[in-house]
Amino acid sequence: MSDRSSSPSSVDRFAPAERWVHRSVAMLMGTCLVTAVILYNGSIMLAVGHRHLVETVHVWSGLALPVPMLLGALSAAYRADVRRLNRVTSADWRWLRSRTRRDGTIRVGKFNAGQKVNAWLVAGSTGVLLGTGILMYWTGLVRLAWRSGATFVHDWTALAVGLLVLGHLVYAVRDPEARHGMRSGRVSLRWARREHAAWADEVDPSGT
Amino acid sequence: MVLGLLGLGALGVVTGATVQDGLSRFLAPIQMNDPTGLTSLVPLGNTWRYYSVTGAVEPRDAATYTLKVDGLVDHPSTYRLSDLEALPQLSFTDDFHCVTGWHVPDVPWTGVRVADLLERAAPTTDAVGVRFHSFDGTYSVNMTLDQARADDVVVALRMYGEPVTHDHGGPVRIYSGSMYGYKSTKWLSGIEVTDNDDPGYWESRGYPLDGIIDE
Repeated sequence: MSDRSSSPSSVDRFAPAERWVHRSVAMLMGTCLVTAVILYNGSIMLAVGHRHLVETVHVWSGLALPVPMLLGALSAAYRADVRRLNRVTSADWRWLRSRTRRDGTIRVGKFNAGQKVNAWLVAGSTGVLLGTGILMYWTGLVRLAWRSGATFVHDWTALAVGLLVLGHLVYAVRDPEARHGMRSGRVSLRWARREHAAWADEVDPSGT
Repeated sequence: MVLGLLGLGALGVVTGATVQDGLSRFLAPIQMNDPTGLTSLVPLGNTWRYYSVTGAVEPRDAATYTLKVDGLVDHPSTYRLSDLEALPQLSFTDDFHCVTGWHVPDVPWTGVRVADLLERAAPTTDAVGVRFHSFDGTYSVNMTLDQARADDVVVALRMYGEPVTHDHGGPVRIYSGSMYGYKSTKWLSGIEVTDNDDPGYWESRGYPLDGIIDE
């Protein structure tokens, strides 16, 4: 792996399996959100039409969405990163409360607290959308009042997830090196030291 | 946190209908008078959702609209919009329920009872069912002859006191009060009396054959 005697210029950030999960989830999530907008907005629906087709694509992308997330568990790198995302440190709480969180004084690990919160919200919301979606699609499962409740929860959760994804994209657009990391699996050590100092120390203990 | 979200989701499913109704009572006046249309972008309150199963549907107006009543009847006929307007009208206020869960409360409808049109057409003795056709070219709905004759099944000409708009399936659509929305054919073009109760568009795609609202 990395040469410990002299500092390498770049380091491994995401394993191939993790990048595959990311790409699959991104495509399915994108399909879900685009079809959701068509199904929800009246003007777009009437212009596009073909409700049954759009609905079928939406439902099956939604049912498939957790599959890559779960398949990722076959990869040790993915499991290790899930454990990192699940670990909340006191530094994370300070980072979330701090106004100057990006200046590097709080040394963040492989994932900053914002990324951790995003991961939990996406995972939890996916579960909520899946459950409520199933109740709405297979209409014989529960009585009408619960289907109304499911529609209510599904709509609001979808709106929240849409905003989360939008925020995720905004951060990605602003940080080409982070995008490069997800595309190629590697990031420059300089970027790692600036954005994830504690993690950079882990992967390159010889560094300054 | 993930579990917490799932718990909140489950709670929302059980209580959501009540919360939605409360919100809706509060917000309806705002939404009705919202000139920007921005409130329609968020899932606030009990609002309409517009469905179409084909591509864009060519609008029809008073000049081009016709409704055929045919099939197993003694007197098949074709009605223009003005013919339908000249028939006795029934007005009532009722909730619109979609099978997936959304609903719009207290919608005022006006139209001609399907029972009246059937009586004028005089179904033959071997008639069993009714098939509603849409001028979108694809949609259709089945009902038994008895279901179609119910008091609250109308060929709707007016909604909220105005002519039914194109987006709502106008100029003429079906409204069947005690059934889910998919039973209320939009852009109605024909009422065909048949010797069967074969499933229509959504019925052959999994929805119950008689979409009676179960509450």
